Amino acid sequence: MSVDKDTVRRIAKLARLAVPEERLEPMARELNGIFQWVEMLGEVKVEGVPPLTSVVAQKLKWRKDEVTDGGNADALMANAPGGEDHFFTVPKVVE
Amino acid sequence: MPGSSSNDLTAMTLAGARDALKARKISSRELTAAFIAAIEAGRGLNAFVTETAEVALLMADASDKRLAAGEAGALEGLPLAIKDLFCTKGTRTTAASKILGDFVPPYESTVTQNLWNAGAVMLGKTNLDEFAMGSSNETSFFGPVVNPWRAKDSNMNLVPGGSSGGSSAAVAADLCLAATGTDTGGSIRQPAAVTGTVGLKPTYGRCSRYGIVAFASSLDQAGPMTKTVRDAAILLASMASVDPKDSTSVDLPVPDYESVLEGGVKGLRVGIPKEYRIEGIPADVAALWDKAADWLKAQGAEIVEVSLPHTKYALPTYYIVAPAEASSNLARYDGVRFGYRAAHPRDITDLYERSRGEGFGAEVQRRILIGTYVLSAGYYDAYYARAQRLRTLIKRDFDAAFETCDVLLTPSTPGPAFGLGAKTSDPLEMYLQDVFTVTVNLAGLPGISVPGGLTESGLPLGLQLIGKAFDEGTLLRAAQAVETAADFRAKPAKWWAA
Repeated sequence: MSVDKDTVRRIAKLARLAVPEERLEPMARELNGIFQWVEMLGEVKVEGVPPLTSVVAQKLKWRKDEVTDGGNADALMANAPGGEDHFFTVPKVVE
Repeated sequence: MPGSSSNDLTAMTLAGARDALKARKISSRELTAAFIAAIEAGRGLNAFVTETAEVALLMADASDKRLAAGEAGALEGLPLAIKDLFCTKGTRTTAASKILGDFVPPYESTVTQNLWNAGAVMLGKTNLDEFAMGSSNETSFFGPVVNPWRAKDSNMNLVPGGSSGGSSAAVAADLCLAATGTDTGGSIRQPAAVTGTVGLKPTYGRCSRYGIVAFASSLDQAGPMTKTVRDAAILLASMASVDPKDSTSVDLPVPDYESVLEGGVKGLRVGIPKEYRIEGIPADVAALWDKAADWLKAQGAEIVEVSLPHTKYALPTYYIVAPAEASSNLARYDGVRFGYRAAHPRDITDLYERSRGEGFGAEVQRRILIGTYVLSAGYYDAYYARAQRLRTLIKRDFDAAFETCDVLLTPSTPGPAFGLGAKTSDPLEMYLQDVFTVTVNLAGLPGISVPGGLTESGLPLGLQLIGKAFDEGTLLRAAQAVETAADFRAKPAKWWAA
């Protein structure tokens, strides 16, 4: 499996990452180098091996479904690069 | 200590300073002021992203009051450096990224809150690889950190390891008593090894991840970076806690690690994994490893050879699992709620794409793309699902090994510190730095790097011990035995303060 320029463009779009046109080709080469190395995982028989989803055997904890925090809209807005009153602002989405 | 120079103060261990403060031989203000001066003199190392001298002095004065009142906490008045991945309320937290360059958290991470509750003093926030992605601290938006160590008869600047490179450099250069780090694939142990310091990655779940900027959530774990094994035991005891804000933090009591340090290793079974004797391992790394086994044997430990057959698959497995989780975690940086926003966006998509394209550095972008690819439709089973199964096999290797031994002994890194820029052109060469450490994260186990000795060129090398899950006590006891035998006292020459 090899990654080409168009694949990089496609995954960059999925990742919402602006990759300049001149970076697509070098990035494809870099990713190919990494994916070729990763190919060695194909040597291992993994049929019947369950995926590891948690390293520590632990039951997920339950808690009461209740409000424990809130009322801090000012703090939440303090780092917003665009914001008015208690609203985040973005470019117009609906015409 | 009347008449003591500030050099004597900054060279203290965490345990030594704690005892001197409790005995009222020194004040926290005096100690803190000495470190503030050392940090200023050490600015050429670029170990700190943000210095917090004013905050530090306020905290020190408050500590001196509590010490006088006999209300001292476990870390009362002890000045620490905090990796700039831990959110600190009211103090800029950047993850060494442009995208978080101006971020001032309105909340505190649980680990740092635990430290302040114990009375510790914050000196500042240390530099790191951007979002902790790197092994040399060279991917930082704020520039690389310089290792305080230089090779014999050389003026060449070396890297301090990564990603916790600012923390390792600060500890090695006596710019703090100790520091916090985080470790996703080796980011505490590898920088500790190449700076002659001690770095402990606890079992996954031992420390809360709440408020630590997330990289790969199933691998990330916070831990102490210190001058001695005892200091690591002291700091871990305060960092660790069960936390309702992190559902993966484990509800187990935190032992008094310091009290078990001197237990010795008589009868302890130390495993030597044969697969770690990799091709091309430098002679001095292999020799130190053999020597360390002899040290432990001489103190009564039993050395057993063990096999971890899937070792060679650990790094490629990691480079699927970690980027996959990173691409998901880093989706939150979109230029809307916090962080960097690109100027004059055409529309909402342009806002997302350019904020992220301009805000993330090259290595972070590379990993986001790898992660997005391995999770995308049609590739998920071939890559991510396969890597998750490999992870099971790697963990089973450790489970089997720990049936015949209590701890494992390995080198920490494939070599000593390297030159700035020496490994930046080939990502794979950089990734190989973590070949001995990454297995431990995949299996969720605790690991510690202890200074073992110097290479022929005079650079520090580390030894890694790996323990069973939540058996940090045994791990630290074995580490203490290695430290005692290694008797590592070398310090870097203070060329930067000239």
